[in-house]
Amino acid sequence: MCLGIPGQIVAITDETRMMAMAEVSGVRREVNVACIALGDLDALVGKWALIHVGFAMSEIDEEEAAKTLEALRGLGEAQETLEAMAEGDKALEGTQ
Amino acid sequence: MKYADEFRDPVAAKALLDEISKVVADIGATAEKPVHIMEICGGHTHAIFRYGLDKLTPAGIEFIHGPGCPVCVLPMSRVDECVELAERPEVIFTTFGDAMRVPGTKKSLMQAKADGADIRMVYSPLDALEIARRNPEREVVFFGLGFETTTPSTALSIQQAAREGLTNFTVFCNHITVPPPILALLQDPHMVLDGFVGPGHVSMVIGTHPYDFIAQDYGKPIVVAGFEPLDLLQSVLMVLEQIRDGRAEVENQYARVVPESGNPVSMAAIADVYEARPTFEWRGLGEIDESGLRIRPKYAAFDAEEKFGIGYGAESRLVAEPEGCACGSVMTGRMKPVQCPQFGKGCTPEMPLGALMVSSEGACAAYYQYGGARAIEPAE
Repeated sequence: MCLGIPGQIVAITDETRMMAMAEVSGVRREVNVACIALGDLDALVGKWALIHVGFAMSEIDEEEAAKTLEALRGLGEAQETLEAMAEGDKALEGTQ
Repeated sequence: MKYADEFRDPVAAKALLDEISKVVADIGATAEKPVHIMEICGGHTHAIFRYGLDKLTPAGIEFIHGPGCPVCVLPMSRVDECVELAERPEVIFTTFGDAMRVPGTKKSLMQAKADGADIRMVYSPLDALEIARRNPEREVVFFGLGFETTTPSTALSIQQAAREGLTNFTVFCNHITVPPPILALLQDPHMVLDGFVGPGHVSMVIGTHPYDFIAQDYGKPIVVAGFEPLDLLQSVLMVLEQIRDGRAEVENQYARVVPESGNPVSMAAIADVYEARPTFEWRGLGEIDESGLRIRPKYAAFDAEEKFGIGYGAESRLVAEPEGCACGSVMTGRMKPVQCPQFGKGCTPEMPLGALMVSSEGACAAYYQYGGARAIEPAE
């Protein structure tokens, strides 16, 4: 929950709510991009960001994304985050 | 150097370690008279143990593990309040999974869930918002926990709920901030810190200026660090060089992610939604001035404390630590985890007695997980 995880913005899903689809370690998850948006949201597509509990907080380059993901895997944090995302999906359905 | 092979770049790690040894020798620090460096962030604590950095670096460096693990500094009374909220029949209580196993005086959220409370582990407050949209007849409470890394997410979620006019979404705000406990530690006459490794992702939000007082008013170096082991080694080296040169500055090793002035959108959302409480309780550290946040009156409709009359300050709930638990002493650096009589006996990651054993970012859990025999055996 404290460490962000890198993800790549693949599409804008809701301009009003500033939501985008991000791909995080092969998993797709809708995230809020208000904190990294500078004008045109479409310009974010293809960019990498550090994502904290569903909010893209800092744009990073692809190399930094790869290094960060490797460090998070080493700590077991990447797996924990992906599990938390899966739990979140179950929580919506009330099936935990 | 059995861990060194795991470094992404062992050659770079070796070079940094050699340089660290040289500077430690220049300073004249030894095992008997070490320099004390506090890593503030629990993620850094985890990384230090995971990569054995405390053993790879010279004996003249002693790492003191800071208060930067929000789960670990969560008082038992706050957990009791979460359970009380969660057990109301109309409530769906949503939380980061990290908080589920923290012991309360009667039970943890995990136990309350097993007893039938509707408690849901979510990844994001956005999930809680969506649960509120889908369940208009229920009250959805999100447990706002964490430092400045998670605070923007709840602030932006409350703003979004206000825009949508949601009437069944509240945040139980227990957010805390990093600088005040550092100030409290620096003011403690028993504390012997020589420098700090500053948190990376918190600083991504707030920038580096909130640490200026550490260098300017207290004459201590601080270096904001990334999470890779090489980042940490380099940051430790930068702290040591400042000590050697008699400098006290705020330096940014993690500039590729941390802008000096932070993230303006996040900080604006935090300022719009939250204000500092006059004081707030930290497990192990007691009351610290202006160290916690509460929801501003203009967002009172989204404040679980207002809606349900439960929370910090509603009534006095100071509770003693469990019998034999030394989390408070460990948190302030007065005791090593292995010196706690319950360590590895009455308190393990599977059955935690104290909060420092719950999270992988807690000093006790890190000692237990990575210390092996070295952790269980008393210090030499």
